[in-house]
Amino acid sequence: MSIRDIFRKNQKKKYATIPTEKAKNDVPEGIMMKCPECKKNVFTKDLMKNFKVCPTCDHHMKMTAWERVEIFLDENTFESMDDHLETVNPLNFPSYTEKIKADAQKTGLNEAVLTGIGKLEGQQVVVAIMDSHFRMGSMGSVVGEKITRAIEKATELGIPFIIYTASGGARMQEGVLSLMQMAKTSVALRRHSDHGLLYISILTHPTTGGVSASFASVGDINIAEPKALIGFAGRRVIEQTVREKLPEDFQTAEFLLNHGQLDAIIHRKEMREKVASIVHLHTTKEGAKW
Amino acid sequence: MVKVLPFEEPIVQLKTKIEELKAYTESADVDMSVEIVNLEARLEKLEQEIYENMEPWDRVQVARHPSRPTTRDYIEFLCTEFIELHGDRFYGDDAAIISGIALFEGKPITIIGHQRGLNTKENIKRNFGSPHPEGYRKALRLMKQAEKFNRPIICMIDTKGAYPGKAAEERGQSEAIARNLVEMAGLKVPVISVVIGEGGSGGALAIGVANHIHMLENSTYSVISPEGAASILWKDASLAKQAAEAMKITAPDLKKMGIIDTVIKEVYGGAHKNIEAQANYMRETLITSLKELVNLTPEELIENRYSKFKNIGEFNE
Repeated sequence: MSIRDIFRKNQKKKYATIPTEKAKNDVPEGIMMKCPECKKNVFTKDLMKNFKVCPTCDHHMKMTAWERVEIFLDENTFESMDDHLETVNPLNFPSYTEKIKADAQKTGLNEAVLTGIGKLEGQQVVVAIMDSHFRMGSMGSVVGEKITRAIEKATELGIPFIIYTASGGARMQEGVLSLMQMAKTSVALRRHSDHGLLYISILTHPTTGGVSASFASVGDINIAEPKALIGFAGRRVIEQTVREKLPEDFQTAEFLLNHGQLDAIIHRKEMREKVASIVHLHTTKEGAKW
Repeated sequence: MVKVLPFEEPIVQLKTKIEELKAYTESADVDMSVEIVNLEARLEKLEQEIYENMEPWDRVQVARHPSRPTTRDYIEFLCTEFIELHGDRFYGDDAAIISGIALFEGKPITIIGHQRGLNTKENIKRNFGSPHPEGYRKALRLMKQAEKFNRPIICMIDTKGAYPGKAAEERGQSEAIARNLVEMAGLKVPVISVVIGEGGSGGALAIGVANHIHMLENSTYSVISPEGAASILWKDASLAKQAAEAMKITAPDLKKMGIIDTVIKEVYGGAHKNIEAQANYMRETLITSLKELVNLTPEELIENRYSKFKNIGEFNE
C-alpha cells in the first residue's frame, strides 16, 4: 500500500463512527437551518418560502441583500447601480483590504449595500439594501457613496427612496471618513425631501451606531421588522457607563415604537404589501382634484 | 344593551308597550293591529318631539354616551387603505391620539383624532382620550408630513381635555398645545376639524386651528366641562345642567355665535344609533368643505385661518 492510498477518498471505512451530541444536531449546511432563537431545525427550502421567518417562533432571521430584492420587489424589475465602486484602504489599516475581498467573495457584493432601481407593485422606486453579512453592514466611503448616489437618482427621477438598514454603524477602519458619510447621506436626503419626495426607512436587525444616528432614523415613515435591535450605543457600553440594569426589551423595535421613534412595526410577510400601499398613498395623482 | 338616557325614557317605555302588544297579538287570538298602528304613529311623533327639542344637557349626555362612535369608527366608514402611524419621534407614542394616512374618496388625506377606549381596559391604554404632550407632538409631526406631501388634514375632536398630570407637566403640556396652535396657523394645506363628541378646552383646540370647523349636532365644545364650570362659578358641581345651558356649549349654540361653520345633522337619538348613516352625513360635509378649500392657494389658506380666528371675540370700543 502506497502512502497515497491512505488519503484516498473512496476507500471503505473500516470502522464505525459514533456521532457526538453536537454533531447529531448539526445538519449538513444548506439542507437545514437552525433558528438562532428557538434552536429548532427547519428545512432551508421551507424557510425561504416563509421569508426566512422561523415557522415556530416567528423569529426574523438575517437576510442577504439579494434575498430581500427577491421578496420585496416585482420579479425581474431590479437593476443594480454602482457595483463598480471599489473600497480602498485610506488609513492603511492592517489586513483591511483582505477582509473586504473575502466578504466580497462571500456575498457577491462590492460593499455592504446593494442599490438600484426597481418596481414595487408597478411603482418605480429606488432602493438601497444593506447587508449585514458584509463587514456587519458597516458604513465606509463606498457604502456612503452608493447610498448617496441612490438618493440622488431618486431625486433626479422624482420617485420615492426606500432603504433597508442593517448595520453595526460606521466602519472603524476608515476612521473619520466613515463618520462623514453620515453627513453626506443626510445632505442628499435633505435635497430629496425638499423636492417633496417620499423616503421610507425600514430598520432591520441590527441597526445601530452611526447608521441609526443618520439616515435610518429620518424617514418620512420609519418602519421596523419585529424584535429588530435598533439603538445608538450598544447595551454593554450603556450598562458599563451608567451602571444601571437595562430593561429586557431595551433597544428592540417594540421598545422604540413605545418611545415614539417608529411609525409602525410590520411583519416581513406583510412588508411588501404595506410599503407598496404607503408609496401608493404618496404618489397617486388623483390627489390634485376634488 | 345600549345605555338609555333619561330624556329618552318616554320613547323607550312606548316602544316596550308596542312590543308587548305585538307579542300578545301573536300569542292570543285578539287582533290589536289598530292599536299598534296608533301607538306607532304616536311613537313617531314623540320621537320627533323629543329628538328635535333636545336641551343642552340632553346633548351633553348624548355626547358622553359610552357607545358614541369614536374617531376610529369614522375612519373605518369614511376611509380606505388607512395606515396608522405612531410616535412623536421624541418621547413616546400616545394612544389617546390615533393618526395616519388614508384615502378619502380615493384621494390621500392625513387623519388625526382623539381616541377613547370602548371598555375599561382600552380606556386605560388610551387614557380615556386625554392626550399627553407626546400625543400633540405626534399630531403636529403628521401635520407637517401632510404639508410636505400636500394632502389635506382632517382632525376629529373628541376629548374631555388634555391630561392634567405630573408627567404631562414635566414634558410640557402647555408648550405642546401652544406649539400646535401656532404651527397649525401656518399650515399650507387645507385643515378641517370636526367635533365628534366632547370638545374639551385646550386639549381639543390643539387639533382645532382649522379652516373649517364642523360639529356633530350632539357634540359640545367648551372652555371647561359643565361640572367644572359649575364648581368654579357656583361652588357646586351638581349644578352642571344649569352650567351647560349658561355656557353655550352645544353645536347649535356655537353655530349661532359664528364659531363653527356647519352643524352636521345626527341620526335620531344620536350618532350611536346608526354609525354608518352618521358617517355618511359627515362624508357629505367633508366633501363640500374639501371642494371649497383645495382650490385655495397656500397663502389663501393661511389668510383664511388668520381672519377666521381674528374675528372671534366680542367687545365694545
